[in-house]
Amino acid sequence: MAEMIKVGMADLKLCMSPNAITTLGLGSCVGVAIRDTGNKVGGLAHVMLPDSKEIKNNVNIAKFADTGVAELVRLMEKAGARRKMMVAKIAGGAQMFAFQNNTQMMRVGDRNVEAVKKKLRELGIPIKAEDTGLNYGRTVEFFPETGDFVIKSVGKPVKTI
Amino acid sequence: MAEFDLNNMDDIYFDALREIGNIGAGNAASALSSMINSKVDMKVPRVELLDFKDVGEAMGGEETVMAGMLLGIEGDITGSIMFLLEEKSAHILVGKFMQQMGMPITESPDGGFDEMQQSVLKEISNIMTGAYLNSLASFTNMTILPTVPSLAVDMAEAILSVPASIFGMVADKMLLIQTAFTGDEALNGFFVMVPDMPSYGKLLGALGVMQN
Repeated sequence: MAEMIKVGMADLKLCMSPNAITTLGLGSCVGVAIRDTGNKVGGLAHVMLPDSKEIKNNVNIAKFADTGVAELVRLMEKAGARRKMMVAKIAGGAQMFAFQNNTQMMRVGDRNVEAVKKKLRELGIPIKAEDTGLNYGRTVEFFPETGDFVIKSVGKPVKTI
Repeated sequence: MAEFDLNNMDDIYFDALREIGNIGAGNAASALSSMINSKVDMKVPRVELLDFKDVGEAMGGEETVMAGMLLGIEGDITGSIMFLLEEKSAHILVGKFMQQMGMPITESPDGGFDEMQQSVLKEISNIMTGAYLNSLASFTNMTILPTVPSLAVDMAEAILSVPASIFGMVADKMLLIQTAFTGDEALNGFFVMVPDMPSYGKLLGALGVMQN
């Protein structure tokens, strides 16, 4: 029986087919799903902030786009995934509130998305699909077997990218 | 006393922050009571320092639909404050508020909140956070004012990702001051106060547990 692995906020985990992996309620955070299309080794990161270098407190490397994506790829390679076979899908990075007074937090969703794309480009991993931005939360489920990335939002039809 | 550090919290700070929650939420409960003209009690607030991965669960589930109202804090301290209501509680409150104001009661066809109901929710958050910050201001003898609210009705985890990422810049945990209200019907509301780091020192100093 295949299981559904759960990833929390500012966390990342591996997932081997036939299992699937999920993270609930992405807001300004970004869900980064990567898999090896050959041996179906996959993983999902729930990143919260764009850049570990901007911030003093960076012990939890899963929290940032730059270090989180790099760590996920490192763990996947350790589990047998090959870099040149890896593809990614991403979702999230919404602006949940119309305005926020904290200037550092302006556009944090957009900046998370940009930072994830930059890191994936550096690592040579192509993005096959994305569902990012706008102003609503997203729950995602990733199936490394097929590469399906299922996105659920409140009051919206379920979509698969 | 040592510099305030969310990753390394003393019990004395917890007690002080719980006291802040008590003072603020108590006043907000009275404001709520007069706003809907019925009895509202407040439970003793829970102050918790949570790992990010546990935040959603503490709110009754990551995917629980909630109305979140985010306001900035200006004055002697700065930061943000969020008032959250479970969707059902929000509908009850909006209904009572509109009834009290003699406004025609509307039902949004999709079960969400129509434009008028959204304005009412923002007004409720103005009153609630205003009362919360007012009592805190008079207790600490500081000027503390809320800015204009912004509203999101969505999954708890998605709404909380906003204050969580503010905490994320300085810590790996999030401080949640959780206050449940009970009236004729159960009303579940929560405050999440996110002072900017320098403001923690001012607040705790004003409460006498930390030197400024």
